[in-house]
Amino acid sequence: MVNPKPKKILLSGNEAIAEGAIQAGCQFYAGYPITPQNELTAYMAKHMPENNRIFIQSESETAAINMVYGASAAGARAMTSSSSPGISLKQEGISYLAGAELPAVIVNIMRAGPGLGNIWPSQADYFQATRGGGHGDYRCIVLAPSSVQEAYGQMFKAFELADKYRNPVMILGDGLLGQMMEPVEIVKAEGLDAKYDKPWAVTGCKGRERNITKSFHMNEGDLEKANLILQKKYAGIQKKEQDWEEFLIKDAKIVIVAYGSMARIAKGLVRKLRQGGMRIGLIRPVTLWPFPVKAFANRKPKVSNRKFLVVEMSYGQMVEDVRLSLEGSSKVEFLGRSGGGVLTQAQILRKIKALL
Amino acid sequence: MSDVIYSRPKSLNNISTHYCPGCGHGIAHRLIAEVVDELNIRESVIGVTPIGCAVIAYDYWNFDCSEAAHGRALAVATAIKRVRPQNIVFTYQGDGDLAAIGTNETIHAANRGENLTCIFINNAVYGMTGGQMAPTTLLGQKTATTITGRDQKLHGYPLKISEMLALLPGVKYIERVAMDSPQGILKAKKAIRLAFENQINNAGFSLVELLSPCPTYWGVSPKEALRWIKEEMTKVFPPGRIK
Ligand SMILES: Cc1ncc(C[n+]2csc(CCOP(=O)(O)OP(=O)(O)O)c2C)c(N)n1
Ligand code: SF4
Repeated sequence: MVNPKPKKILLSGNEAIAEGAIQAGCQFYAGYPITPQNELTAYMAKHMPENNRIFIQSESETAAINMVYGASAAGARAMTSSSSPGISLKQEGISYLAGAELPAVIVNIMRAGPGLGNIWPSQADYFQATRGGGHGDYRCIVLAPSSVQEAYGQMFKAFELADKYRNPVMILGDGLLGQMMEPVEIVKAEGLDAKYDKPWAVTGCKGRERNITKSFHMNEGDLEKANLILQKKYAGIQKKEQDWEEFLIKDAKIVIVAYGSMARIAKGLVRKLRQGGMRIGLIRPVTLWPFPVKAFANRKPKVSNRKFLVVEMSYGQMVEDVRLSLEGSSKVEFLGRSGGGVLTQAQILRKIKALL
Repeated sequence: MSDVIYSRPKSLNNISTHYCPGCGHGIAHRLIAEVVDELNIRESVIGVTPIGCAVIAYDYWNFDCSEAAHGRALAVATAIKRVRPQNIVFTYQGDGDLAAIGTNETIHAANRGENLTCIFINNAVYGMTGGQMAPTTLLGQKTATTITGRDQKLHGYPLKISEMLALLPGVKYIERVAMDSPQGILKAKKAIRLAFENQINNAGFSLVELLSPCPTYWGVSPKEALRWIKEEMTKVFPPGRIK
């Protein structure tokens, strides 16, 4: 049931993600404090119990992800959130979730690394998020919001995809998005969590054979079989779930490629430059895994010598996927900053001018 | 007319285990299965199994189970119980799992007073990985990683995690039992039963530590292993009610 009159409230990105999760039927949250995502945990601490849901401040990120594993095994919609160093600690647990095919939502509000780095925004965890991060041949579905409203909306999609594919889903935001305040249109939704039956959950074996949630396959050949089942699932996700936004690319000589906060900054620049008559556009990957290959491959643009400029708050991570998707058919340039600095429109413009 | 006085519990599957001759894991599995049957909770119980020699305990039990990553059983169990308070949730963990890699999860689940039952198998070594030193390895005990015996100067002392946990106000019940004899095994069953009953009565965190033989990595016969529990292990880990 969707409320006919949506109301708007002012929320930070972190709070919007928390509110979105609650509206999407999240029944269980566990997390450990870390900047710049603390507002998310605080929001959950207040609002989960108010809505008869479970909130636990865990003793570590490791405990949090394993709690999410338990809650999910027991059939609940479960999530955790953290920022880069904490997400590193969760990797073993994420690998177990993927191996046991348990749905879960993991939010990473990225900060700058490596190591303790600092608390300023970054996009340097792209490799970790999209390449697996933990051990073994697995994939997380990765969504990258670029506004507070989109962050809110993606929580519905994240829980839906997690249940649909029985797979961990990561929301990859950054400190800029987490802290930014914007009005958000609130959707009241109920019963979303009941859409997917979970006959595999451990709920007590009354009236059925016992269930076991596990990722261990010791007998010869069993793990390979299980892995092939995962690979088939991942191939299906790659086929069906690619998502991206295109902005003014039809006649663009230069197409900027950026995601999350960086895309937002780039979009503003594209708007400005278009007013001056510059033929420039933007492709914004919304799913980072599956990477929106379809946005790049076999597009045969009308514009000859089109160049792509990938901008990231990292020293070049997503750019690899753009290059792989284009398979050498266009020139790909890169501009990046990492360590807490956010690329400005002026810096991007300088690079564009150098390319023209 | 004859009466059946002994049979396989419904909660135990009819397959042989992979455990070594004289191993305590199989006995502990059976005791849990008997208690689950007797308390009539087979259809509501959820076991959380460890990484260790008992990693496939779920194959032997005939009720719902979830695997947990090494050391994380009590985090997994915490969440299962919070999501499904109507179910009876227990963990089964070795000393490496519970008292080394998982110490943090163990202490904090106990300190939160989670209404859980924890069965702790103390066999003074890491069985699964080849008999290395465990936190509970005795001083002087030779293992794959303490070749000349555990030396407190290098390796610290045997960790008495049950005594440590007993200090926490959230903990309801802790008992240590030596599975060194038929009497010991009967006592172990009684303790396991109480630890499950506590959960049924919403009493809070209960833990039973079972001193359990690992003849393989103690390098002794099954019979000698029982003697070693009685005469050596119990000196450091005295059986009895701790809380
Ligand atoms: C993260 C991680 N580290 C190490 C291991 C390897 N490992 C598996 S079981 C185990 C120790 C088992 O010892 P214990 O918990 O005492 O159980 P036992 O085998 O003696 O019953 C170790 C170190 C692992 N599986 N995962
Ligand atoms: S190695 Fe030890 S604990 Fe493991 S099965 Fe053999 S006897 Fe049991």
